[in-house]
Amino acid sequence: MGTTIHSSPASADRTGAVNAPARESVLILGASSSIARWTAHAFARRGYDLILAGRDDDDLARLASDVRVRHNMGAETLHFDALSVSSQATAFGDAVRLAGGAEHLAGVVLAFGLLGDQRRAAHDSELAGYLVDVNFTAAVRVLTVASDHFESRGRGFIVAVGSVAGDRGRQSNYVYGAAKAGLAVFMQGLRHRLAPMGITVLTVKPGFVDTQMTFGHPGLFLVAPPSAVGEQIARAVEEQRSVLYVPAFWRIVMLIIRLLPQRIFHRTRL
Amino acid sequence: MIGSEKLVARGLGRSYGDAAVVRHGRTVLTERLDRFLQFDARTGVLECEAGVTINALIDHFLPLGFFPSVVPGTKHVTLGGAIAADVHGKNHHVAGAFSRHVRSFRLLTASGAELECSRANNADLFWATIGGMGLTGIITDVRLTLSPVPSPYVSVRYERASNIDDALELFHADDHRYAFSVAWIDCLSRGGSLGRAVLMRGDFAPNELLTARQRHDGSRRSPTPRLSVPGSAPQFVLATPLMRAFNAGYYHSHPGAPRTKVLSYEPFFFPLDKIRNWNRLYGRRGFLQYQCVLPSVGGREGLIRILEMISSSGSASFLAVLKRFGEGEPGQLLSFPRVGYTLALDLPNRGPEVFELLERLDALVVRFGGRVYLAKDARMRPETFRAMYPEFRTWLAIKNEVDPDWRFSSDLAVRLRLMD
Repeated sequence: MGTTIHSSPASADRTGAVNAPARESVLILGASSSIARWTAHAFARRGYDLILAGRDDDDLARLASDVRVRHNMGAETLHFDALSVSSQATAFGDAVRLAGGAEHLAGVVLAFGLLGDQRRAAHDSELAGYLVDVNFTAAVRVLTVASDHFESRGRGFIVAVGSVAGDRGRQSNYVYGAAKAGLAVFMQGLRHRLAPMGITVLTVKPGFVDTQMTFGHPGLFLVAPPSAVGEQIARAVEEQRSVLYVPAFWRIVMLIIRLLPQRIFHRTRL
Repeated sequence: MIGSEKLVARGLGRSYGDAAVVRHGRTVLTERLDRFLQFDARTGVLECEAGVTINALIDHFLPLGFFPSVVPGTKHVTLGGAIAADVHGKNHHVAGAFSRHVRSFRLLTASGAELECSRANNADLFWATIGGMGLTGIITDVRLTLSPVPSPYVSVRYERASNIDDALELFHADDHRYAFSVAWIDCLSRGGSLGRAVLMRGDFAPNELLTARQRHDGSRRSPTPRLSVPGSAPQFVLATPLMRAFNAGYYHSHPGAPRTKVLSYEPFFFPLDKIRNWNRLYGRRGFLQYQCVLPSVGGREGLIRILEMISSSGSASFLAVLKRFGEGEPGQLLSFPRVGYTLALDLPNRGPEVFELLERLDALVVRFGGRVYLAKDARMRPETFRAMYPEFRTWLAIKNEVDPDWRFSSDLAVRLRLMD
């Protein structure tokens, strides 16, 4: 599936305004996810217009309405399928056009991802490859296009939602974890490349967040509301952070898990 | 609709009984269905998803000068729940129930069809859903009218009534002059003081009435509650003599002559929201809430009989409310409010004698042509329900047509044997 642009009445404001400060947009990829949704609100609250990209057009339209009513900011929707090669190639350019030109697209938040069923993925090469395609390959393709945009623009921010699962391979989620680890390394390299320009490249590593992905899973503790996570992501961008663990204590949890000697680690069911 | 399990929607779960749970079925959580879709500031008409809460409405629209047209005693309810229970507020005598301000809603029905329901379209389903306790389907979107308000403050006149007759007289004399009217009633006083009350009536305050400080504070968002009940209260707190003394103290804390105060909308509309887990004050065994309405005709006598029964049992607590309801809408079926007097009270769960008392109260309510509020009920018998809700047959015919297999059910529906 390719990319389709849905225009909204709010887009008229941008061209009609005289002497208005330059409006800037943030592109959210996978905007229907709970974390993405609240990240969108956090950016709208800070005065950004939004371009909401995803597969569920009806849901995106509702999210866009919500942003307009709550924050009085512009919100556009963009049909985007992370696994479609044409979407991967054209989404960013479409977003630039919706934003009203390269100058106006200030940042991108890559929030699509799929946890999948690890017990199946451990034995099903088809599923394992699929999870890597969604969580890693698709992200790399889109971010590669985005990186050139920000490099030539000379400022802006790139955010990708990774996972604490990428910090150490564990029997309970290593396929998903491997893809997220790859994404983290890719982001690390991108950060290195774009640092001279002052472009923020932020990897978000959520622990347990109360979303569709975790709902009903056993063994969850201290689960964070997605609204708090969205707010922290926008704040981390303002503070030009590189890696954000949410909730913050997951940095310590993962440090301990990474440092566990293998002999002990292998005796756990982590 | 996929599958064949029983379903019931649940908002924030503030019904006191078993309305939003279903054994051997699935409870459908709706709190994430909370997006605003469109707002017209000229008309006050808002279109939004049904999981939006009263709290969210106030947080967003009060700074813009709008307030929900009807609010129940807590702001922690969803709009879907407010329609399903057809909640009412302190302004029922002039503004009617919640449903009066609902233009339309979308209902996801058992067949999987999503139907637009209003007074003009699918009117049967519209009225069966209002007060229908979630049994007609899942409300997804709502269009409702918000009311413009001059400030976030309410000017309230406090007036003591030395007994129930005094209170009813005051209600009748000038209730229509106030947008909001309610009375705290002492359900433990006896004899000549039976039903003594403190009436609290008022309106949203115009800016001229506010102090400089109130004008400044008014623009802030509502704070999160600071008080919280940490654990269950010990039983002695609920002992009748202590409660009696507490009620007398509260009554006498109000001066004999009426006085007016300007206070924030929060303590006026949502006094208990200030204290998190307030229900724990009732100890580990909890409490039962009882709310009934008696029609105007014979209502005074009925109220006196009910108050006598409660007072002599010594079962009531501090929290008891008396209010006069205004006219309803002709199409209402299971909607609770009807013109007359409504009495709501908390009863600490002291064991079987409370349930026996409630049975006797039910019989009185039926005798006087009244009814009990389903959103607060957890123990009514099926026969009692049928005697109180004569429109049930009409409702059932609509229910059986839209959901012949009873995909939407709840423990309340099973307990009241609604499908028989």
